[in-house]
Amino acid sequence: MARRRPLRHVTFTLGLAITLVLVAVAALSLLYTPADPLAMSMTGRLEGPSGRHPFGTDQFGRDILSRVMTGAVTSIAVGVIAVGIGAGAGVLLGLVSGYVGGWLDETLMRLVDAVQGFPAILSALLFTAVFSPGMAVSMVAIGLAFVPAFARLTRGSVLELREREFVVAARALGSRDGRLLLRHILPNSLPPLIVQATTSFPVAILAEAALAYLGLGTQPPYPSWGLMLKDAQNFLTLNPWFAVFPGSAIALTVLGLNLLGDGLRDLLDPKTA
Amino acid sequence: MRRYVARRIAALVATLVFVSALVFVVVRVLPGDPASIMLGTEGSPEALARLRDAMGLNRPLPVQYAEWMGGALRGDLGRSLQYDVPVGALIVSRLPVTLPLALLAALFMAAAALPLGVYAATHHRRAGDYAAMILSQVGISVPQFWSGLLLILFFSVHLGWVRSGGFEGWSSGVGPALRSLLLPAIALGLFQAAVLVRATRSAVLDVLREDYVRTARAKGLGEARVVGVHTFRNALIPVVTVAGIQLGQLMAGAIVLESVFALPGLGRLALGAISARDLPVVQGVALFVASSIVVINFAVDLAYGVLDPRIRYE
Repeated sequence: MARRRPLRHVTFTLGLAITLVLVAVAALSLLYTPADPLAMSMTGRLEGPSGRHPFGTDQFGRDILSRVMTGAVTSIAVGVIAVGIGAGAGVLLGLVSGYVGGWLDETLMRLVDAVQGFPAILSALLFTAVFSPGMAVSMVAIGLAFVPAFARLTRGSVLELREREFVVAARALGSRDGRLLLRHILPNSLPPLIVQATTSFPVAILAEAALAYLGLGTQPPYPSWGLMLKDAQNFLTLNPWFAVFPGSAIALTVLGLNLLGDGLRDLLDPKTA
Repeated sequence: MRRYVARRIAALVATLVFVSALVFVVVRVLPGDPASIMLGTEGSPEALARLRDAMGLNRPLPVQYAEWMGGALRGDLGRSLQYDVPVGALIVSRLPVTLPLALLAALFMAAAALPLGVYAATHHRRAGDYAAMILSQVGISVPQFWSGLLLILFFSVHLGWVRSGGFEGWSSGVGPALRSLLLPAIALGLFQAAVLVRATRSAVLDVLREDYVRTARAKGLGEARVVGVHTFRNALIPVVTVAGIQLGQLMAGAIVLESVFALPGLGRLALGAISARDLPVVQGVALFVASSIVVINFAVDLAYGVLDPRIRYE
């Protein structure tokens, strides 16, 4: 019943609404921000919220509202690409592992176990030691951390689907391995993968913020919510609002995406509804 | 059981080999010449050649890997360039900060999440359940380092109760040391507790629907006994799995919170080593943390087999 009317589902609708606002803000920031997010002003530093600067200003007198708006673009970009990397690599590994089986499956699964030992923070630390820190390092490090979940999920459904009648029939009719995997098995494994991608997205946004905060991710002067919080920490006594707005932006975004993911899971997976 | 354990151990060894290979590839192979990264642009060609020689970079990669691994197995992770002491000793010296922080957070997580999760499940679709779920939804959305900042803002800037960071060391007494770990442990545990509440709730809900729970109720057992004895133990299996995965995440989270609260733990060691181009230290910390997480996951697998005999016979 919920399947036909997704908008009746409160969690899903609320999540979708918050997410749409986030995307709209990010899109708007590409065309218009109340002030130039990079313009400094030595006279108006660390101001609290006011009519001119609704969210106040940072230690260089930059408009925090404009920087929070632009930060949404960074978060979305890193999130989308990191989840893309994790899903792409994970699904490929899972398809091969589950379909070929045998020692290759065993080896790939141990590799996946090993990758699980590297949370995004740890990979980012390692990469930053040999390459310069930046958005690309964040994307790859966060993406890697997602590989095990996607690989296991895909492998599981390949193992299950491999023996089903319609796959066996397609094989008997002469379908090659590649066609079997891409036309028959993959499309039927999609719903759980879509849910996984949606629930990974907020995790990626949290990780991007943490990496930027540690100085391992997005670099100044480009606005990132995590980076803003890193700056704000030095001025907690002078302008506490500086720490409040970027943090709220992260929390609200992650909340919206989590609700969307939960709602989607309920709608796509009748078992949990 | 013995065969199950033997198979898990073989898998653990294979996984650890992959862990070390991944660290080795990133630090020694990807950059091309690690020696020039460590010396930066100021290094003279002679110094570069000496460092390459000292690090054994002139030898074939498999030989380098075998030597590094051989050393690591004997506890020798090389020497720190920055402090000129063994990397192993450096890691051990930072553990008294990172481990208690992660353990305190784990304690906080379990103490908050288990009762709340059971409460939510036993009050399914009532006000208490919704309140717990909203609370956990909010907890999952707040980044750990931001809740750390907010705790500093409230307890140290606003109220002036505790210092905003730093660690006095265990030598000054257990009380002051624990006090400097308290706020970071709360910030770290809060997020993970929010995750665990949901896992506990759904696990308990699943078990409450089982026939044997209905039987227990039918034979007149009190609700406390039904939930406490018959339900909770069976619900523990999925809960332990989630909590185990979270222990690994607590290690990673500790790295971030050490930075927020200026605690001299493993994370700060690694971050400092990056700015000092101290590759052996980064390599050592990464190997240590990743291996610990893999070993924790292994322990969870074993616990799974102990808690649920069905798994051993698969």
